[in-house]
Amino acid sequence: MKKVYSRPKSLHNVANHYCPGCGHSIIHRIIAELLDEMDLQGKAICVPPPGCAVLAYNCLDIDMVEAPHGRGAAVATGIKRVQPDSLVFSYQGDGDLAAIGLAETMHAANRGENITAIFVNNAVYAMTGGQMAPTTLAGMKTSTSPYGRNPQNEGHPIKVCEILSMLDRVAYAERVAVNSPANIKKAKKATKKAFEHQLNKTGFSIVEYLSPCPTNWRMGTIESCKWVDDVMAKNFPLGVFKEVKCK
Amino acid sequence: MNKQLMYGTHAVAEAAIQAGCRYFFGYPITPQNELPEYMSMRMPQVEGGVFLQAESEVAAINMVLGAAAAGARVMTSSSSPGISLKQEGISYMAGQELPAVIVNIVRGGPGLGHISFSQGDYFQSTRGGGHGDYRTIVLAPDSVQEMADMTYEAFDLADKYRNPVIVLGDGILGQIMEPVVMPKPRKKLPDKSDYIVNGRIGRPSRVIKSFFVANKDLEDHNWKLFRKFQMIEKNEVRFETENLEDAKMVVIAYGTGARIAKGAIKRLKKEDENIRIGLIRPTTLWPFPSKIIKDTSRSISDFFVFELSTGQMIDDVKLALEGSGHVHFYGRPGSVVPAPSELARVMARQYYQLQKAKRK
Repeated sequence: MKKVYSRPKSLHNVANHYCPGCGHSIIHRIIAELLDEMDLQGKAICVPPPGCAVLAYNCLDIDMVEAPHGRGAAVATGIKRVQPDSLVFSYQGDGDLAAIGLAETMHAANRGENITAIFVNNAVYAMTGGQMAPTTLAGMKTSTSPYGRNPQNEGHPIKVCEILSMLDRVAYAERVAVNSPANIKKAKKATKKAFEHQLNKTGFSIVEYLSPCPTNWRMGTIESCKWVDDVMAKNFPLGVFKEVKCK
Repeated sequence: MNKQLMYGTHAVAEAAIQAGCRYFFGYPITPQNELPEYMSMRMPQVEGGVFLQAESEVAAINMVLGAAAAGARVMTSSSSPGISLKQEGISYMAGQELPAVIVNIVRGGPGLGHISFSQGDYFQSTRGGGHGDYRTIVLAPDSVQEMADMTYEAFDLADKYRNPVIVLGDGILGQIMEPVVMPKPRKKLPDKSDYIVNGRIGRPSRVIKSFFVANKDLEDHNWKLFRKFQMIEKNEVRFETENLEDAKMVVIAYGTGARIAKGAIKRLKKEDENIRIGLIRPTTLWPFPSKIIKDTSRSISDFFVFELSTGQMIDDVKLALEGSGHVHFYGRPGSVVPAPSELARVMARQYYQLQKAKRK
């Protein structure tokens, strides 16, 4: 019988530790499938963040170097400068990449480091219990914005792909979502492109994933997926924001 | 290599290159700017050399972390406020057991302090500095030659123990020019293939981490680090002594402070050939040379600590003495250089008072 679906060999044979309905496990799988398909498992080095995805190394069967909170782009820079032929990607949440680590992100992107940022945007600090993130939507209630995010007080959510696409040395910036089979397919395509840009050394690449967090959104899993379409994607439009020519 | 006249900062940079350092990540701050400037000129001249000016001290140390994890000999330099910012990364590197050399050309503090020099970062350097239960090896040069030699050796120590090593200079040592003989280029670098990340080909995947979900795992990790630190304390204590044999009072000072103290002692000897003042100069501040101090206290009871701070190393001296002996202190907390004559005056007063009291 022909096998049509199985565990990618770049994934450890373990049950993942994420909550039901969380987007991380989907994104992990996308990465693992691509590492297999592009034969990159032996070249890949991931920089996981503090946060829910710190245990990514329990799932992805590749080399990893843990970064301090927000420093993924700097750590990845150091690794890539020493090993220019490795596939180096940071795996970062919204607080990590767009708040405490915004400087590292912006400057790595501006230098055009040949690294990829896997940027998981779920609009909250999830691991710490659902606090307000730089990407929390206006009016959205979190554990530190109990009356809803007030743009007059906390500003509007930061649109990372839009900002980074202004920088000359950014090669590829796309926002995708992982809330439906169709979107997941697109997300995989975007991730593949980002990796290809890195391998072609065209500059910095980033894929932003709108990712459901039912636990901290206080929603059901189906409701969360719907919310990504109905609310999140209205504020964070999906699509390619920048792509330079791949050699 | 021939003797050449070099700035302290340049000597550090060149010695690092001779030691096989090919990656430098840094950020401008006075009084160490000449060091990254020199690196920006030299690194492109050597094969595989990378100089990168980071967007911040925080980014710089994390680039160091990444490069160390990827197997490079790597260095960063800064001065006091910048080193404060780097402490997060240094703590992570200690936890992840990654080797690197961090040069601190100390300036005045606290806060923005002063751009000249001080020895006010002793606590920060010798007590770990960042969060958590760890130590860094701290080397304390007192000349441009030692700036070069100790930087060169710092890379070997960092690799030997897989731990960050601090070279603790100061604004004076960084800015003065002295003749130096550069160490020879390190030909053979240590093999790090057993722990670095370079892609899982022909081996299981590797994780370089300091996070341990299970409480017991973290405790085990901390005890493992502790045993390493014990080994360092056993093997790597360094110091210099002068005239301890017949001394009646022993001066303890390090770095620039020791240089001034040496000048002061020399001066006093010229004035009074019977004066008996010895010197202990720690050249590793951690591990601290406690044993020689304790041993010395068997025959000498008076210790005179001189620091360019309000007194930090004095704590380690007292800990070393465990209550035996008397500890006297003189300090100038940086940015003002006390001349050897000033220190000689204070030392002489202390010395002659003690001798007088003993005769009574």
